[in-house]
Amino acid sequence: MATMTDTAIAQPAVRTRKPGSRIGEFAAYLQALPLLVILGTFLLLPLLMIAVVSFWDYDFAAMYPDFVTFNYTETLGSWVTWKTYLNTLKFAVIVWMITLFVGFWAAYFLAFHVRTSAMQTVLFLVCTVPFLTSNIIRMISWIPVLGRNGLINSALVDTGIVAAPVEWLLYSDFAVVLAMVHLYTLFMVTPIFNTLMRIDRSLVEAARDAGASSWQVLTNVILPLAKPGMAIGTIFVVTLVMADFSTVQVMSGGQSASVALMMKNQMSLLQYPAAAANAVILLVLVLMMVAGILRIVDIRKEL
Amino acid sequence: MHREPRSREFYVLALFFALFVVFLYGPLSAIVILSFQGPDGGLTFPLNGMSLHWFGNLLEKQAVGDFGGSFRRSLMLGLMVMAVTVVISLLAGLAFRRKFFGATPLFYLSVASLVVPSIIISLGIGVLFQQFGLQPAWYSSAFGAHLTWTLPFGVLIMFAVFNRFSPTYEEAARDLGASSWQTFRHVVLPMIAPSLIGVGLFGFSLSYDEFARTLMTSGTYNTLPLEIYGMTTNVTTPVLYALGTVTTLFSFLVIGGTVGTILYLNRRRARA
Repeated sequence: MATMTDTAIAQPAVRTRKPGSRIGEFAAYLQALPLLVILGTFLLLPLLMIAVVSFWDYDFAAMYPDFVTFNYTETLGSWVTWKTYLNTLKFAVIVWMITLFVGFWAAYFLAFHVRTSAMQTVLFLVCTVPFLTSNIIRMISWIPVLGRNGLINSALVDTGIVAAPVEWLLYSDFAVVLAMVHLYTLFMVTPIFNTLMRIDRSLVEAARDAGASSWQVLTNVILPLAKPGMAIGTIFVVTLVMADFSTVQVMSGGQSASVALMMKNQMSLLQYPAAAANAVILLVLVLMMVAGILRIVDIRKEL
Repeated sequence: MHREPRSREFYVLALFFALFVVFLYGPLSAIVILSFQGPDGGLTFPLNGMSLHWFGNLLEKQAVGDFGGSFRRSLMLGLMVMAVTVVISLLAGLAFRRKFFGATPLFYLSVASLVVPSIIISLGIGVLFQQFGLQPAWYSSAFGAHLTWTLPFGVLIMFAVFNRFSPTYEEAARDLGASSWQTFRHVVLPMIAPSLIGVGLFGFSLSYDEFARTLMTSGTYNTLPLEIYGMTTNVTTPVLYALGTVTTLFSFLVIGGTVGTILYLNRRRARA
Protein backbone atom coordinates (compact mmCIF):
# COMPACT_ATOMS: atom_id res chain seq x y z
CA MET A 1 0.00 0.00 0.00
CA ALA A 2 2.70 2.43 0.95
CA THR A 3 3.73 3.94 -2.34
CA MET A 4 6.21 6.78 -2.72
CA THR A 5 3.49 9.45 -2.89
CA ASP A 6 1.75 8.06 0.16
CA THR A 7 4.80 8.36 2.32
CA ALA A 8 5.52 11.80 0.89
CA ILE A 9 2.06 12.99 1.85
CA ALA A 10 2.14 11.23 5.18
CA GLN A 11 5.49 12.80 6.11
CA PRO A 12 4.25 16.16 7.48
CA ALA A 13 1.49 14.44 9.38
CA VAL A 14 4.04 12.15 11.03
CA ARG A 15 6.24 15.09 11.90
CA THR A 16 3.41 17.07 13.51
CA ARG A 17 2.42 13.99 15.50
CA LYS A 18 5.94 13.36 16.73
CA PRO A 19 5.88 15.65 19.75
CA GLY A 20 2.37 14.41 20.43
CA SER A 21 3.44 10.80 20.89
CA ARG A 22 4.51 11.42 24.46
CA ILE A 23 1.11 13.02 25.01
CA GLY A 24 -0.26 9.92 23.28
CA GLU A 25 1.38 7.62 25.78
CA PHE A 26 0.12 9.81 28.59
CA ALA A 27 -3.39 9.61 27.08
CA ALA A 28 -3.10 5.82 26.98
CA TYR A 29 -2.36 5.81 30.70
CA LEU A 30 -5.34 8.05 31.39
CA GLN A 31 -7.58 5.82 29.26
CA ALA A 32 -6.42 2.64 30.99
CA LEU A 33 -6.59 4.15 34.48
CA PRO A 34 -10.34 3.63 35.19
CA LEU A 35 -10.03 -0.07 34.33
CA LEU A 36 -7.00 -0.42 36.60
CA VAL A 37 -8.73 1.41 39.45
CA ILE A 38 -11.87 -0.74 39.30
CA LEU A 39 -10.03 -4.06 38.94
CA GLY A 40 -7.63 -2.96 41.66
CA THR A 41 -10.43 -2.09 44.08
CA PHE A 42 -12.83 -4.91 43.38
CA LEU A 43 -10.51 -7.71 42.29
CA LEU A 44 -6.93 -7.32 43.57
CA LEU A 45 -7.77 -5.81 46.94
CA PRO A 46 -10.47 -8.40 47.78
CA LEU A 47 -8.11 -11.23 46.74
CA LEU A 48 -5.39 -9.77 48.94
CA MET A 49 -7.91 -9.49 51.77
CA ILE A 50 -8.86 -13.17 51.34
CA ALA A 51 -5.20 -14.20 51.45
CA VAL A 52 -4.72 -12.22 54.68
CA VAL A 53 -7.93 -13.39 56.34
CA SER A 54 -7.13 -17.02 55.57
CA PHE A 55 -4.43 -16.78 58.28
CA TRP A 56 -6.76 -15.24 60.86
CA ASP A 57 -8.33 -16.86 63.88
CA TYR A 58 -12.09 -16.90 64.35
CA ASP A 59 -14.92 -18.07 66.55
CA PHE A 60 -18.71 -18.06 66.12
CA ALA A 61 -18.92 -14.29 66.47
CA ALA A 62 -15.93 -12.63 64.86
CA MET A 63 -12.52 -12.89 63.19
CA TYR A 64 -9.29 -12.03 64.99
CA PRO A 65 -6.22 -10.77 63.15
CA ASP A 66 -3.52 -13.35 63.77
CA PHE A 67 -1.11 -15.60 61.93
CA VAL A 68 -2.36 -19.13 62.27
CA THR A 69 -2.18 -21.89 59.70
CA PHE A 70 -4.89 -24.18 61.04
CA ASN A 71 -7.40 -22.92 58.46
CA TYR A 72 -5.19 -24.60 55.88
CA THR A 73 -4.19 -27.65 57.89
CA GLU A 74 -7.82 -28.29 58.84
CA THR A 75 -8.99 -27.89 55.26
CA LEU A 76 -6.22 -29.96 53.71
CA GLY A 77 -6.23 -32.52 56.52
CA SER A 78 -9.90 -33.34 56.11
CA TRP A 79 -10.98 -36.29 54.03
CA VAL A 80 -14.23 -34.42 53.20
CA THR A 81 -12.27 -31.63 51.52
CA TRP A 82 -10.38 -34.05 49.30
CA LYS A 83 -13.58 -35.84 48.36
CA THR A 84 -15.24 -32.52 47.54
CA TYR A 85 -12.32 -31.40 45.38
CA LEU A 86 -12.33 -34.73 43.57
CA ASN A 87 -16.09 -34.46 43.04
CA THR A 88 -15.71 -30.94 41.63
CA LEU A 89 -12.90 -32.09 39.32
CA LYS A 90 -15.05 -35.01 38.22
CA PHE A 91 -17.86 -32.61 37.24
CA ALA A 92 -15.33 -30.38 35.47
CA VAL A 93 -13.90 -33.24 33.40
CA ILE A 94 -17.27 -34.76 32.44
CA VAL A 95 -18.87 -31.41 31.60
CA TRP A 96 -15.77 -30.32 29.70
CA MET A 97 -15.78 -33.43 27.52
CA ILE A 98 -19.49 -33.18 26.72
CA THR A 99 -19.48 -29.43 26.05
CA LEU A 100 -16.39 -29.76 23.86
CA PHE A 101 -18.03 -32.49 21.80
CA VAL A 102 -21.40 -30.75 21.46
CA GLY A 103 -19.86 -27.29 21.09
CA PHE A 104 -17.48 -28.33 18.35
CA TRP A 105 -20.09 -30.05 16.19
CA ALA A 106 -22.59 -27.24 16.61
CA ALA A 107 -19.96 -24.64 15.69
CA TYR A 108 -18.67 -26.80 12.82
CA PHE A 109 -22.18 -27.11 11.40
CA LEU A 110 -22.68 -23.34 11.66
CA ALA A 111 -19.34 -22.44 10.13
CA PHE A 112 -19.01 -24.99 7.34
CA HIS A 113 -22.46 -26.29 6.47
CA VAL A 114 -24.70 -23.24 6.69
CA ARG A 115 -24.22 -21.53 3.36
CA THR A 116 -25.54 -17.99 3.67
CA SER A 117 -24.05 -15.61 6.20
CA ALA A 118 -27.52 -14.27 7.06
CA MET A 119 -28.60 -17.77 8.10
CA GLN A 120 -25.32 -18.15 10.02
CA THR A 121 -26.01 -14.97 11.97
CA VAL A 122 -29.58 -16.01 12.76
CA LEU A 123 -28.61 -19.50 13.95
CA PHE A 124 -25.69 -18.09 15.94
CA LEU A 125 -28.05 -15.67 17.67
CA VAL A 126 -30.41 -18.54 18.41
CA CYS A 127 -27.48 -20.20 20.21
CA THR A 128 -26.45 -17.03 22.04
CA VAL A 129 -29.79 -15.74 23.32
CA PRO A 130 -30.16 -18.23 26.23
CA PHE A 131 -26.70 -17.16 27.42
CA LEU A 132 -28.15 -13.71 28.08
CA THR A 133 -31.03 -14.97 30.19
CA SER A 134 -31.04 -15.99 33.83
CA ASN A 135 -29.01 -19.06 34.80
CA ILE A 136 -31.29 -19.87 37.73
CA ILE A 137 -34.41 -19.78 35.61
CA ARG A 138 -32.77 -22.07 33.06
CA MET A 139 -31.76 -24.37 35.87
CA ILE A 140 -35.16 -24.64 37.53
CA SER A 141 -36.77 -25.12 34.13
CA TRP A 142 -35.41 -28.68 34.27
CA ILE A 143 -37.46 -29.51 37.34
CA PRO A 144 -40.82 -29.98 35.55
CA VAL A 145 -39.00 -31.94 32.84
CA LEU A 146 -36.94 -34.31 34.98
CA GLY A 147 -39.00 -34.55 38.16
CA ARG A 148 -40.71 -37.62 39.52
CA ASN A 149 -43.96 -36.57 37.78
CA GLY A 150 -42.08 -34.65 35.12
CA LEU A 151 -42.44 -34.79 31.36
CA ILE A 152 -39.86 -37.52 30.76
CA ASN A 153 -41.07 -39.77 33.53
CA SER A 154 -44.74 -39.46 32.54
CA ALA A 155 -43.83 -40.24 28.95
CA LEU A 156 -41.78 -43.27 30.01
CA VAL A 157 -44.48 -44.59 32.31
CA ASP A 158 -47.33 -43.90 29.86
CA THR A 159 -45.62 -45.72 27.03
CA GLY A 160 -44.90 -48.60 29.36
CA ILE A 161 -41.12 -48.47 28.96
CA VAL A 162 -40.67 -48.37 32.72
CA ALA A 163 -43.15 -49.44 35.38
CA ALA A 164 -42.30 -46.80 37.99
CA PRO A 165 -40.86 -43.28 37.53
CA VAL A 166 -37.09 -43.17 37.17
CA GLU A 167 -35.74 -41.58 40.35
CA TRP A 168 -32.25 -40.60 39.29
CA LEU A 169 -33.30 -38.09 36.64
CA LEU A 170 -33.58 -35.22 39.10
CA TYR A 171 -31.61 -34.58 42.30
CA SER A 172 -28.63 -36.63 41.16
CA ASP A 173 -25.18 -36.20 39.62
CA PHE A 174 -26.83 -36.85 36.27
CA ALA A 175 -29.08 -33.82 36.74
CA VAL A 176 -26.10 -31.68 37.78
CA VAL A 177 -24.10 -32.62 34.68
CA LEU A 178 -27.10 -32.16 32.39
CA ALA A 179 -27.86 -28.70 33.77
CA MET A 180 -24.19 -27.65 33.57
CA VAL A 181 -23.97 -28.79 29.96
CA HIS A 182 -27.16 -26.84 29.31
CA LEU A 183 -25.77 -23.70 30.97
CA TYR A 184 -22.18 -23.76 29.73
CA THR A 185 -22.11 -25.26 26.20
CA LEU A 186 -22.58 -21.78 24.73
CA PHE A 187 -19.23 -20.77 26.19
CA MET A 188 -17.72 -23.49 24.02
CA VAL A 189 -19.74 -22.82 20.85
CA THR A 190 -18.89 -19.11 20.62
CA PRO A 191 -15.06 -19.24 20.70
CA ILE A 192 -14.89 -22.34 18.48
CA PHE A 193 -17.28 -20.77 15.96
CA ASN A 194 -15.15 -17.62 16.02
CA THR A 195 -11.98 -19.62 15.26
CA LEU A 196 -13.62 -21.75 12.57
CA MET A 197 -14.92 -18.66 10.76
CA ARG A 198 -11.37 -17.34 10.50
CA ILE A 199 -10.01 -20.48 8.81
CA ASP A 200 -9.06 -19.62 5.25
CA ARG A 201 -11.50 -21.57 3.07
CA SER A 202 -8.85 -22.04 0.37
CA LEU A 203 -7.03 -24.39 2.76
CA VAL A 204 -10.06 -26.67 2.72
CA GLU A 205 -10.28 -26.40 -1.08
CA ALA A 206 -6.60 -27.20 -1.38
CA ALA A 207 -6.95 -30.27 0.80
CA ARG A 208 -9.93 -31.43 -1.30
CA ASP A 209 -8.04 -30.85 -4.54
CA ALA A 210 -5.17 -32.88 -3.16
CA GLY A 211 -7.61 -35.75 -2.72
CA ALA A 212 -8.48 -35.59 0.97
CA SER A 213 -11.81 -37.06 2.02
CA SER A 214 -14.07 -34.81 4.06
CA TRP A 215 -13.09 -36.78 7.17
CA GLN A 216 -9.40 -36.18 6.40
CA VAL A 217 -10.08 -32.47 5.86
CA LEU A 218 -11.74 -32.39 9.24
CA THR A 219 -9.01 -34.21 11.17
CA ASN A 220 -5.97 -32.82 9.36
CA VAL A 221 -6.99 -29.26 8.56
CA ILE A 222 -9.94 -28.02 10.57
CA LEU A 223 -9.37 -29.68 13.96
CA PRO A 224 -5.76 -28.49 14.36
CA LEU A 225 -6.78 -24.95 13.36
CA ALA A 226 -9.73 -25.00 15.76
CA LYS A 227 -7.52 -25.70 18.79
CA PRO A 228 -7.27 -22.08 20.00
CA GLY A 229 -11.05 -21.73 20.07
CA MET A 230 -11.34 -25.02 21.93
CA ALA A 231 -8.73 -23.83 24.43
CA ILE A 232 -10.61 -20.58 25.13
CA GLY A 233 -13.90 -22.47 25.46
CA THR A 234 -12.16 -24.90 27.81
CA ILE A 235 -10.99 -22.03 30.02
CA PHE A 236 -14.55 -20.75 30.30
CA VAL A 237 -16.19 -24.10 30.95
CA VAL A 238 -13.58 -25.40 33.41
CA THR A 239 -13.49 -22.20 35.48
CA LEU A 240 -17.30 -21.95 35.51
CA VAL A 241 -17.73 -25.55 36.65
CA MET A 242 -14.97 -25.25 39.27
CA ALA A 243 -16.73 -22.14 40.65
CA ASP A 244 -20.24 -23.54 40.57
CA PHE A 245 -22.33 -23.91 43.69
CA SER A 246 -25.89 -23.15 42.62
CA THR A 247 -26.26 -25.85 39.98
CA VAL A 248 -24.80 -28.46 42.30
CA GLN A 249 -27.03 -27.31 45.15
CA VAL A 250 -30.30 -27.06 43.22
CA MET A 251 -29.90 -29.97 40.79
CA SER A 252 -28.44 -32.51 43.24
CA GLY A 253 -30.96 -31.58 45.91
CA GLY A 254 -28.13 -31.32 48.41
CA GLN A 255 -26.81 -34.82 47.69
CA SER A 256 -23.64 -33.75 45.92
CA ALA A 257 -20.95 -31.29 46.89
CA SER A 258 -18.60 -28.87 45.20
CA VAL A 259 -15.79 -26.70 46.52
CA ALA A 260 -17.74 -23.49 46.00
CA LEU A 261 -20.77 -24.97 47.75
CA MET A 262 -18.55 -25.94 50.68
CA MET A 263 -17.27 -22.34 50.74
CA LYS A 264 -20.79 -20.98 50.62
CA ASN A 265 -21.81 -23.13 53.58
CA GLN A 266 -18.78 -21.96 55.54
CA MET A 267 -19.69 -18.37 54.68
CA SER A 268 -23.27 -18.78 55.90
CA LEU A 269 -21.83 -20.09 59.19
CA LEU A 270 -19.66 -16.96 59.32
CA GLN A 271 -16.49 -19.09 59.17
CA TYR A 272 -14.85 -16.57 56.85
CA PRO A 273 -11.21 -17.54 57.53
CA ALA A 274 -11.99 -21.18 56.74
CA ALA A 275 -13.81 -20.12 53.57
CA ALA A 276 -10.86 -17.86 52.72
CA ALA A 277 -8.38 -20.73 53.04
CA ASN A 278 -10.60 -22.76 50.75
CA ALA A 279 -10.79 -19.83 48.35
CA VAL A 280 -7.00 -19.57 48.18
CA ILE A 281 -6.64 -23.29 47.45
CA LEU A 282 -9.40 -23.20 44.82
CA LEU A 283 -7.95 -20.09 43.23
CA VAL A 284 -4.46 -21.59 43.00
CA LEU A 285 -5.92 -24.73 41.44
CA VAL A 286 -8.01 -22.79 38.89
CA LEU A 287 -5.16 -20.43 37.97
CA MET A 288 -2.83 -23.40 37.48
CA MET A 289 -5.35 -25.01 35.14
CA VAL A 290 -5.78 -21.76 33.20
CA ALA A 291 -2.03 -21.20 33.01
CA GLY A 292 -1.67 -24.71 31.63
CA ILE A 293 -4.23 -24.02 28.91
CA LEU A 294 -2.69 -20.61 28.13
CA ARG A 295 0.57 -22.37 27.27
CA ILE A 296 -1.25 -23.83 24.28
CA VAL A 297 -2.89 -20.62 23.10
CA ASP A 298 -2.04 -16.92 23.02
CA ILE A 299 -5.38 -15.20 23.67
CA ARG A 300 -4.18 -11.83 22.44
CA LYS A 301 -3.62 -13.31 18.98
CA GLU A 302 -6.99 -15.02 18.91
CA LEU A 303 -9.12 -11.93 19.55
CA MET B 1 -18.80 -22.35 -0.56
CA HIS B 2 -19.48 -24.24 -3.76
CA ARG B 3 -22.95 -25.45 -4.63
CA GLU B 4 -23.09 -29.20 -4.57
CA PRO B 5 -25.79 -31.56 -3.36
CA ARG B 6 -26.02 -31.72 0.43
CA SER B 7 -23.93 -34.57 1.77
CA ARG B 8 -25.10 -37.09 4.33
CA GLU B 9 -22.79 -35.33 6.78
CA PHE B 10 -24.94 -32.21 6.40
CA TYR B 11 -28.17 -33.96 7.35
CA VAL B 12 -26.61 -35.71 10.34
CA LEU B 13 -25.16 -32.43 11.60
CA ALA B 14 -28.36 -30.50 10.88
CA LEU B 15 -30.27 -33.01 12.98
CA PHE B 16 -27.65 -32.73 15.72
CA PHE B 17 -27.89 -28.94 15.67
CA ALA B 18 -31.70 -29.04 15.75
CA LEU B 19 -31.58 -31.34 18.79
CA PHE B 20 -29.12 -28.93 20.42
CA VAL B 21 -31.55 -26.03 19.91
CA VAL B 22 -34.41 -28.11 21.32
CA PHE B 23 -32.17 -28.93 24.29
CA LEU B 24 -31.46 -25.20 24.79
CA TYR B 25 -35.04 -23.98 24.57
CA GLY B 26 -37.15 -27.02 25.48
CA PRO B 27 -37.01 -26.79 29.28
CA LEU B 28 -37.59 -23.04 29.12
CA SER B 29 -40.81 -23.57 27.18
CA ALA B 30 -41.91 -26.07 29.84
CA ILE B 31 -41.88 -23.43 32.57
CA VAL B 32 -43.49 -20.85 30.29
CA ILE B 33 -46.41 -23.25 29.71
CA LEU B 34 -46.59 -24.21 33.38
CA SER B 35 -46.75 -20.58 34.49
CA PHE B 36 -50.27 -20.50 33.01
CA GLN B 37 -51.22 -23.29 35.41
CA GLY B 38 -54.70 -23.04 36.96
CA PRO B 39 -55.07 -21.84 40.57
CA ASP B 40 -55.07 -25.44 41.85
CA GLY B 41 -52.21 -26.58 39.64
CA GLY B 42 -48.84 -27.74 40.89
CA LEU B 43 -45.21 -27.52 39.84
CA THR B 44 -45.45 -30.27 37.21
CA PHE B 45 -47.60 -31.27 34.27
CA PRO B 46 -50.45 -31.83 33.58
CA LEU B 47 -51.97 -28.38 33.38
CA ASN B 48 -54.82 -28.09 35.82
CA GLY B 49 -56.80 -25.56 33.79
CA MET B 50 -55.42 -22.38 32.28
CA SER B 51 -55.23 -19.08 34.12
CA LEU B 52 -53.22 -15.96 34.75
CA HIS B 53 -53.60 -16.61 38.47
CA TRP B 54 -49.87 -16.93 39.16
CA PHE B 55 -49.00 -13.80 37.21
CA GLY B 56 -51.60 -11.94 39.31
CA ASN B 57 -50.01 -13.51 42.35
CA LEU B 58 -46.70 -11.84 41.41
CA LEU B 59 -48.27 -8.41 41.86
CA GLU B 60 -49.65 -9.17 45.30
CA LYS B 61 -47.70 -8.69 48.47
CA GLN B 62 -45.71 -11.86 49.05
CA ALA B 63 -45.11 -13.72 52.29
CA VAL B 64 -41.51 -14.11 51.19
CA GLY B 65 -39.76 -11.68 48.92
CA ASP B 66 -40.47 -8.40 47.24
CA PHE B 67 -40.46 -8.76 43.46
CA GLY B 68 -41.23 -5.18 42.52
CA GLY B 69 -38.44 -3.75 44.66
CA SER B 70 -35.88 -6.37 43.68
CA PHE B 71 -36.73 -5.92 40.00
CA ARG B 72 -36.26 -2.16 40.25
CA ARG B 73 -32.91 -2.65 42.00
CA SER B 74 -31.72 -5.17 39.42
CA LEU B 75 -32.81 -2.89 36.59
CA MET B 76 -31.02 0.14 38.04
CA LEU B 77 -27.92 -1.90 38.81
CA GLY B 78 -27.95 -3.36 35.27
CA LEU B 79 -28.17 0.11 33.73
CA MET B 80 -25.36 1.44 35.94
CA VAL B 81 -23.14 -1.53 35.12
CA MET B 82 -23.97 -1.17 31.42
CA ALA B 83 -23.05 2.52 31.28
CA VAL B 84 -19.79 2.08 33.18
CA THR B 85 -18.82 -1.04 31.22
CA VAL B 86 -19.32 0.67 27.86
CA VAL B 87 -17.32 3.79 28.78
CA ILE B 88 -14.44 2.03 30.54
CA SER B 89 -14.14 -0.75 27.95
CA LEU B 90 -14.02 1.84 25.17
CA LEU B 91 -11.34 3.84 26.97
CA ALA B 92 -9.32 0.70 27.72
CA GLY B 93 -9.73 -0.47 24.12
CA LEU B 94 -8.34 2.87 22.92
CA ALA B 95 -5.47 2.61 25.41
CA PHE B 96 -4.51 -0.89 24.24
CA ARG B 97 -4.07 0.41 20.69
CA ARG B 98 -0.91 2.13 21.87
CA LYS B 99 2.01 0.38 23.46
CA PHE B 100 2.35 1.54 27.02
CA PHE B 101 4.27 0.27 29.99
CA GLY B 102 2.11 -2.21 31.90
CA ALA B 103 -0.25 -2.97 29.03
CA THR B 104 0.38 -6.73 29.16
CA PRO B 105 -0.10 -7.09 32.95
CA LEU B 106 -3.31 -5.04 32.72
CA PHE B 107 -4.55 -7.27 29.92
CA TYR B 108 -3.86 -10.40 31.94
CA LEU B 109 -5.47 -8.80 34.99
CA SER B 110 -8.64 -8.45 32.92
CA VAL B 111 -8.42 -12.10 31.89
CA ALA B 112 -7.86 -13.06 35.54
CA SER B 113 -11.01 -11.16 36.46
CA LEU B 114 -12.86 -13.52 34.13
CA VAL B 115 -11.45 -16.76 35.54
CA VAL B 116 -11.45 -16.01 39.29
CA PRO B 117 -14.45 -17.96 40.68
CA SER B 118 -17.31 -15.55 41.31
CA ILE B 119 -17.93 -16.78 44.84
CA ILE B 120 -14.34 -15.84 45.73
CA ILE B 121 -14.95 -12.28 44.50
CA SER B 122 -18.17 -12.21 46.50
CA LEU B 123 -16.37 -13.38 49.65
CA GLY B 124 -13.44 -11.01 49.13
CA ILE B 125 -15.53 -7.90 48.61
CA GLY B 126 -17.83 -8.87 51.48
CA VAL B 127 -14.92 -9.28 53.90
CA LEU B 128 -13.22 -6.15 52.57
CA PHE B 129 -16.29 -4.00 53.21
CA GLN B 130 -16.75 -5.57 56.63
CA GLN B 131 -13.16 -4.86 57.65
CA PHE B 132 -13.32 -1.25 56.48
CA GLY B 133 -16.59 -0.79 58.36
CA LEU B 134 -18.56 -0.11 55.17
CA GLN B 135 -22.14 -1.22 54.72
CA PRO B 136 -22.39 -3.43 51.61
CA ALA B 137 -25.19 -2.39 49.25
CA TRP B 138 -26.30 -3.26 45.76
CA TYR B 139 -25.18 0.12 44.43
CA SER B 140 -21.67 -0.03 45.92
CA SER B 141 -20.21 -3.48 46.68
CA ALA B 142 -22.50 -5.46 44.33
CA PHE B 143 -21.93 -2.83 41.64
CA GLY B 144 -18.16 -3.35 41.90
CA ALA B 145 -18.55 -7.12 42.02
CA HIS B 146 -20.60 -7.07 38.80
CA LEU B 147 -18.04 -4.87 37.07
CA THR B 148 -15.33 -7.51 37.65
CA TRP B 149 -17.48 -9.82 35.51
CA THR B 150 -18.72 -7.44 32.78
CA LEU B 151 -15.56 -5.36 32.26
CA PRO B 152 -13.35 -8.25 31.07
CA PHE B 153 -15.99 -9.15 28.47
CA GLY B 154 -16.20 -5.53 27.37
CA VAL B 155 -12.43 -5.08 27.28
CA LEU B 156 -11.86 -8.30 25.31
CA ILE B 157 -14.58 -7.36 22.81
CA MET B 158 -13.12 -3.86 22.31
CA PHE B 159 -9.63 -5.37 22.06
CA ALA B 160 -10.89 -7.65 19.28
CA VAL B 161 -12.69 -4.76 17.55
CA PHE B 162 -9.62 -2.53 17.52
CA ASN B 163 -7.42 -5.43 16.40
CA ARG B 164 -9.40 -5.40 13.15
CA PHE B 165 -9.74 -1.63 12.96
CA SER B 166 -7.64 -0.16 10.17
CA PRO B 167 -5.90 3.08 11.17
CA THR B 168 -6.09 4.28 7.54
CA TYR B 169 -9.54 5.80 8.20
CA GLU B 170 -8.14 7.96 10.97
CA GLU B 171 -5.11 8.89 8.88
CA ALA B 172 -7.42 9.93 6.06
CA ALA B 173 -9.49 12.07 8.44
CA ARG B 174 -6.37 13.66 9.86
CA ASP B 175 -4.98 14.35 6.40
CA LEU B 176 -8.25 16.14 5.66
CA GLY B 177 -7.58 18.36 8.65
CA ALA B 178 -9.74 16.79 11.36
CA SER B 179 -8.67 17.28 14.95
CA SER B 180 -8.18 14.15 17.02
CA TRP B 181 -11.52 14.74 18.75
CA GLN B 182 -13.25 15.19 15.36
CA THR B 183 -11.56 12.04 14.08
CA PHE B 184 -12.82 10.11 17.07
CA ARG B 185 -16.31 11.60 17.08
CA HIS B 186 -17.06 11.44 13.35
CA VAL B 187 -14.93 8.53 12.11
CA VAL B 188 -14.05 6.06 14.84
CA LEU B 189 -17.20 6.25 16.97
CA PRO B 190 -19.75 5.63 14.18
CA MET B 191 -17.71 2.64 12.98
CA ILE B 192 -17.54 0.95 16.37
CA ALA B 193 -21.04 1.95 17.52
CA PRO B 194 -22.59 -1.50 16.88
CA SER B 195 -19.84 -3.18 18.92
CA LEU B 196 -20.37 -0.67 21.74
CA ILE B 197 -24.07 -1.47 21.77
CA GLY B 198 -23.14 -5.15 21.94
CA VAL B 199 -20.87 -4.45 24.92
CA GLY B 200 -23.75 -2.58 26.53
CA LEU B 201 -26.06 -5.57 26.03
CA PHE B 202 -23.48 -7.86 27.63
CA GLY B 203 -22.98 -5.48 30.52
CA PHE B 204 -26.68 -5.16 31.21
CA SER B 205 -27.62 -8.83 30.77
CA LEU B 206 -24.70 -10.28 32.71
CA SER B 207 -25.41 -7.93 35.60
CA TYR B 208 -29.19 -8.39 35.47
CA ASP B 209 -28.79 -12.19 35.77
CA GLU B 210 -25.77 -12.36 38.08
CA PHE B 211 -26.19 -13.77 41.53
CA ALA B 212 -23.04 -15.59 42.69
CA ARG B 213 -21.20 -12.26 42.86
CA THR B 214 -24.17 -10.57 44.52
CA LEU B 215 -24.47 -13.21 47.22
CA MET B 216 -22.31 -11.51 49.86
CA THR B 217 -22.27 -8.03 48.41
CA SER B 218 -25.91 -6.99 48.05
CA GLY B 219 -26.37 -5.88 51.66
CA THR B 220 -29.87 -5.55 53.09
CA TYR B 221 -31.86 -5.48 49.87
CA ASN B 222 -31.93 -8.39 47.42
CA THR B 223 -31.56 -8.18 43.67
CA LEU B 224 -33.98 -10.15 41.50
CA PRO B 225 -31.74 -13.21 40.86
CA LEU B 226 -31.08 -13.52 44.61
CA GLU B 227 -34.82 -13.33 45.19
CA ILE B 228 -35.41 -16.13 42.66
CA TYR B 229 -32.54 -18.17 44.08
CA GLY B 230 -34.10 -17.88 47.54
CA MET B 231 -37.44 -18.98 46.10
CA THR B 232 -36.02 -22.22 44.69
CA THR B 233 -35.71 -23.60 48.20
CA ASN B 234 -38.96 -22.42 49.81
CA VAL B 235 -41.57 -21.75 47.14
CA THR B 236 -43.62 -24.69 45.90
CA THR B 237 -46.19 -22.97 43.70
CA PRO B 238 -46.06 -22.01 40.00
CA VAL B 239 -45.54 -18.39 41.04
CA LEU B 240 -41.85 -19.26 40.64
CA TYR B 241 -42.48 -20.15 36.99
CA ALA B 242 -44.55 -17.01 36.44
CA LEU B 243 -41.64 -14.94 37.72
CA GLY B 244 -39.26 -16.92 35.51
CA THR B 245 -41.48 -16.33 32.47
CA VAL B 246 -41.70 -12.59 33.13
CA THR B 247 -37.94 -12.06 33.65
CA THR B 248 -37.08 -14.21 30.63
CA LEU B 249 -39.55 -12.26 28.51
CA PHE B 250 -37.91 -9.06 29.73
CA SER B 251 -34.46 -10.42 28.77
CA PHE B 252 -35.77 -11.36 25.31
CA LEU B 253 -37.18 -7.86 24.84
CA VAL B 254 -33.84 -6.31 25.79
CA ILE B 255 -31.92 -8.64 23.44
CA GLY B 256 -34.41 -8.16 20.61
CA GLY B 257 -34.32 -4.39 20.96
CA THR B 258 -30.53 -4.34 20.97
CA VAL B 259 -30.12 -6.65 17.98
CA GLY B 260 -32.70 -4.57 16.12
CA THR B 261 -30.76 -1.38 16.86
CA ILE B 262 -27.48 -2.93 15.68
CA LEU B 263 -29.08 -4.16 12.45
CA TYR B 264 -30.61 -0.72 11.88
CA LEU B 265 -27.24 1.00 12.39
CA ASN B 266 -25.48 -1.45 10.07
CA ARG B 267 -28.10 -0.96 7.36
CA ARG B 268 -27.92 2.81 7.66
CA ARG B 269 -24.14 2.66 7.42
CA ALA B 270 -24.32 0.36 4.40
CA ARG B 271 -26.65 2.87 2.68
CA ALA B 272 -24.50 5.88 3.54
